[in-house]
This record gives sequence, C-alpha cells and structure tokens, in this order.
Amino acid sequence: MTAPLLDIRDLRLGVAAGRTVTHPLLKGVSFQIMPGEAYGLVGESGSGKSVTSLAVMGLLKKPLAVSGGEILFKGQNLLSLPKREMRRLRGNRITMIFQEPMTALNPLSTVGRQIAEMFVLHQGKSWDEAHKLAVEALANVRVPNPERRAKNFPHQMSGGLRQRVMIAMALACNPDLLIADEPTTALDVTVQAEVLRLIKELCAARGTAVLFISHDLGVIASICQRVGVMYGGCLVEENETRALFDNPRHDYTRGLLGALPRLGSRSEHGRQRLVDIDSIIADRSKLTETRFIAPRVVEGGQL
Amino acid sequence: MTQPLLQVDDLHVRFPIAGGGLLGTGKRMLHAVNGISFSLAKGECLSIVGESGCGKSTTALSILGLQEPTEGAIRYRGQPLNGPGAPGRMQRAKAVQMVFQDPYASLNPRQSVRTSLAAPLRLHGITAASEIEGRIEAMLKNVGLTPEQAKRYPHEFSGGQRQRIGIARALILEPEIVVLDEPVSALDVSIRAQIINLLLDLQEKLGLSYIMISHDLSVVEHMSDRVLVMFFGEVVEEGGWRQIFEAPTHPYTRRLIAAIPDPDVALKPVGRQDERAEMPLLAGRRFVSDGRASPDVFTPPAPSELVEIGANHKVRLAMA
Ligand SMILES: Nc1ncnc2c1ncn2[C@@H]1O[C@H](COP(=O)(O)OP(=O)(O)OP(=O)(O)O)[C@@H](O)[C@H]1O
Ligand SMILES: Nc1ncnc2c1ncn2[C@@H]1O[C@H](COP(=O)(O)OP(=O)(O)OP(=O)(O)O)[C@@H](O)[C@H]1O
Ligand SMILES: [Mg+2]
Ligand SMILES: [Mg+2]
Repeated sequence: MTAPLLDIRDLRLGVAAGRTVTHPLLKGVSFQIMPGEAYGLVGESGSGKSVTSLAVMGLLKKPLAVSGGEILFKGQNLLSLPKREMRRLRGNRITMIFQEPMTALNPLSTVGRQIAEMFVLHQGKSWDEAHKLAVEALANVRVPNPERRAKNFPHQMSGGLRQRVMIAMALACNPDLLIADEPTTALDVTVQAEVLRLIKELCAARGTAVLFISHDLGVIASICQRVGVMYGGCLVEENETRALFDNPRHDYTRGLLGALPRLGSRSEHGRQRLVDIDSIIADRSKLTETRFIAPRVVEGGQL
Repeated sequence: MTQPLLQVDDLHVRFPIAGGGLLGTGKRMLHAVNGISFSLAKGECLSIVGESGCGKSTTALSILGLQEPTEGAIRYRGQPLNGPGAPGRMQRAKAVQMVFQDPYASLNPRQSVRTSLAAPLRLHGITAASEIEGRIEAMLKNVGLTPEQAKRYPHEFSGGQRQRIGIARALILEPEIVVLDEPVSALDVSIRAQIINLLLDLQEKLGLSYIMISHDLSVVEHMSDRVLVMFFGEVVEEGGWRQIFEAPTHPYTRRLIAAIPDPDVALKPVGRQDERAEMPLLAGRRFVSDGRASPDVFTPPAPSELVEIGANHKVRLAMA
C-alpha cells in the first residue's frame, strides 16, 4: 500500500486567546489524500473548509491557532516544521489557488515576471531562463499569445485569464499538492468549465494531488475521486464521489444533495420542491455527532 | 391576444468608449445591448442567460429605468416606460422592482428592517401607522420572517434572512414585475434552496412576473417558463425552458448547456449531446457566430435575424 501524501490527523484549531483556544473551529478533522488523488471538500459556509486549507499551507493568521493534531505531508509533520522550511515547501511542493486571483497577484508586477519569480526562487533558475519558462507556463494553461500576455499587468486581463495565470504560477514547480479554494466561483459557466478542465488535465498529467474546496457539488463531481463533507468544524461523511452521490448517509449530505436543483430533473419528474435542509435536520446541534467515514467504517454512530 | 405585461422592442444601449476613434473620427461605442426584443406575460418567469458582459444587467436596468436606452421602446401594459411619455419614478416603482444579488450591499446597515420597509410606503403616500405596520407584518410573514424581527438591523441576520428582507423590500409596494439579478448566487447551497422555494411560492401566491438573470443554469431550468439566451448584446435563442434545455440549437446555447457542472452528468458521462457535434444547417442557413471565436463588442455583428424554428422557439441565423 502506498503511503498518503497528506495525512491530516485529528486536526483541531480555533480562536486563540493567550495560550488557550477559546473558540473551537475545527473539532478533530482527519482525512488523507493519496499521491495524485483529487480530494474534494464540500460543506456549509463557515464549516471550516478554508481554515483547514490555510492550516495545511501554514497560513493561519492570528487570532487563529492550531490546538491539536497533526498534518503529515510525506510523513513529515508540517505543524512542527520551522517557518523557514515551511516557506520553502509553500509555492514549491504545496501550492494554492484562490477564488479571487487579484488577492494573490501583485498588481504592480507583470504576470510574466511573477511566474518567472517562481522558477528563480524555487528552482534557482536565472531570470532569462525563468522568463522563457514563464511564457511556456502561460502556454501550458492555454493563454493565447503567451509572449505578449506575459507583459500584461493583472488588471489588464479578464477574470478567466487571471485565474489561468494563478494556475500557471501554482503549477510552475510541479508541486505534489495543489490546494484550490473555490477557484471558479467568480467565473461564468463556460470559462469555469475551461478552467476546471485545465486543472484536471494538468494535474493528471503531472501526477499532482488536489485538495479541491467548493460548495458546488457539480464542480466537485467533475474533478474529485473522493469527497469529504464538512459541517460545523467536523468531517461528517467521506466517500468515493460516485458512492456519496448515490448513497448519501449523513443527514446533512442528504440535505445538501436534495437542495440542489438537478439538471434534467424537471424534464423527467416535473418541478419538485427543493429540499430544505432545516426541515430534515431536526436538531442541528446533534448533526456533528454522527459520522460516516467510508468505505464501511462508521464512527460514533450507527448506520 | 391578450396584451403582454411588458414589451421590449428593439432595445439598444450603447456606451461611449474613452479615447475615441483614430484621428478623432467617430467615437468608439460599446454595443452593450444590440437590438433585443421580448415580451413578458403576467405570472411568467423569463430568464436571461449568457456570458459575463453580454448585456443582461444593462437590459434589466433599462427596464427598471436606471439606464436610459439609446434606442427602442419598453412598454408596461401598453404604456411607454421610457422616452417622452415615461412615468415618473414613483409610478414605475409600483410596476417594477428589483432583488439584488448581494443582500449585504443592498440594505442600509443603519436602518432597522421596519424603517427600510416603511420608507417606500411613506414615499407613496401611505402614512397611517396602522396600515404601515399591517403591511410590514404581512410582508415579513410572506417571506418567512416574523413581525418581531422588524426591529432588528441587517447585521443581526444571516445571509439567507437578509435576502428575505431584500425580497420583502422589493415586494412591499406590490409591483407586478420583479427583476431578480443573480438572486441566489451569493448564498450557501442549503439557503439557496429555501430562497428558490420562497420565490416560487410568492410568484404563485401574488401572481408575480419575474425577469431572472442567472449564471446557474440548473436554477434557470428549475424556475423559468421561458429563457432568453444572450450573446454579445443580442438574443441568439429564445424558447420555453424545455426547448432550451432539451433541444438547445444555437451553438452558443449548446456550449453553455454543455458547460454546466452537473454531478449526474459528470459521473455518468452519457446522454448529453456533444457540443462540438456537427450541426446541420437549419433550412439551409447558417449561424452568424460560425467562425467568430470572440465577437467584437465594438462593431455590430453581421446581419442576422431571429427565425422561428418551432412553436415558441426562435434562433438567430444569418440573413438568407
Ligand atoms: N480570523 C477569524 N477569527 C474568528 N473566526 C474566524 C476567523 N476566520 C474564520 N473564522 C470562523 O471559522 C469558521 C470557519 O471558517 P472557514 O472560512 O473555514 O469556512 P468555510 O467552510 O471556508 O466557509 P465558506 O464556504 O463560506 O468559504 C467560520 O465560522 C468563521 O466565522
Ligand atoms: N455604465 C457603463 N458604462 C460603460 N460600459 C458599461 C456600463 N455598464 C455596462 N457596461 C458594459 O456593457 C457590457 C454589458 O454589461 P452588463 O453589466 O449588462 O453585462 P452582464 O451580462 O450583466 O454581465 P455579468 O454576467 O458579468 O453581470 C459590458 O461590456 C460592460 O462592461
Ligand atoms: Mg471558504
Ligand atoms: Mg450583470
């Protein structure tokens, strides 16, 4: 059996006041991502998806702090890694793309230079060489006229193009793990489809594992082999994507699937009322008590 | 035939572009909306879909009187809504209202729910405290809030509750038409379902007509009676929801439908038509967008017309 690339064990974090964490936000989250695997995280807004990814990146900002657990990356606990070494991993072995590319791009520097910087910083290339590689990287994410586009500043590009630039930067050094937090939410459907196809194809070709965060189950299904469902700071269900959709077991997952209008369902069954999660969940506070971690392992609850 | 509630005829909206033409000859104009026509019947939900920047919001703003059309006529119950004979803001407010995408941005943080619901009533000459109170109470119930919540402020509500307040505010003057510009895209999936259910309930209960703009095509399929597909300022396809989703015909519509990230389709990649499949010519005629990979918003496209290809189903084809 191969070892997992990322192994998150009982991760706890929250709002810290002095030495103690007063307000827990993650209450013991565990999941694993295998090398080359695309793993999806879905869940309610505020359930802890983004803080999980920030913890992996070592980018949690005060007052947030980890209070327990381990984040093993290739067997090494990232939580006890010196800052300097974490910085070396970040942008090189583990990279991230965000919903709003403008937050990650430097508005004062051309996109070509920003991508080139990755090669200089992490691979010790000369600037000349790095610029050539940057143009190549833009071509890889299918930016038309990459040579000319490399000279653009971020604001001179459309949202879809900027998102490609971010992907180019994130994949520049062939990372082992790409974290994508709602990377296509701000894009319109046809552009979204292209960006998703890019992420999928490039990661498959390079064997890059993906942690893909989205509240759009359709997007998750088109990218990920396995999905974890988060609710209230807990992972409440996990399964292979297909199995999760066919046989959701946790109340929240069932609510989530029923709340989604399904394409073609109106043609087939007429217009059905959408499931209101609140109506199938009698007591929200009990919701995190039952967990279904598949396949066929049940923790703290009965089937 | 009964008169449509709203009739839009050959609407054009052009924006001047800074810089102007070469040698100062002729200002460059951006053709945001380029001759679109449609009608809306009482009780109907008409959706407008299309790429970002294709002119959906500009069309909606023209109907709301917030964007003066460059050309064209908009009529409400036969009466002009734009141009010289247009009604004032007050009269228009009783005809058309809008629900915004972002409930955070559209509510005044310093006004309680009661104050923000009472203001439009007062403006329209309803001053009796008991009537104002009664209408606010009834409206809050309509949108699934309690009358006690009227004294609270926007920050005390969740995103979904705020969108309910936004809906209450749009409906308080009892308009016949409500424009919904991305009404649920800022909301969490679970909340989204509640708001969609609410909008459909209110439409039935109050006999509302909706013009909905959305990038989420599964929501469009779920809610619409008819759909307009816009592409760079023009309508390229128009039809009942069944025609658009079961028999999309224009290449852009087909591209759009094929791009929907639908879990069922992603997991069982059968049944969906191949967007790239060769389309037979329709009655020997071509689509204009053939070969136009990225249409230019500054120059009007080649001459074309909407052609009826089935009951209630039109597609834009090049002039024969
Ligand atoms: N700096 C902070 N201080 C206090 N609480 C925080 C902070 N950052 C996040 N939180 C809280 O942590 C919880 C989890 O937030 P997180 O951003 O991970 O949610 P999410 O699952 O990514 O939601 P979304 O789908 O809306 O992006 C939320 O309740 C949020 O309010
Ligand atoms: N006031 C304005 N001045 C100049 N150009 C404008 C103005 N309003 C809109 N535009 C331009 O008109 C075009 C149509 O814009 P509109 O907002 O109608 O698009 P949309 O279809 O609603 O897009 P989205 O899906 O992104 O909301 C765009 O190119 C936009 O930049
Ligand atoms: Mg988040
Ligand atoms: Mg718009």
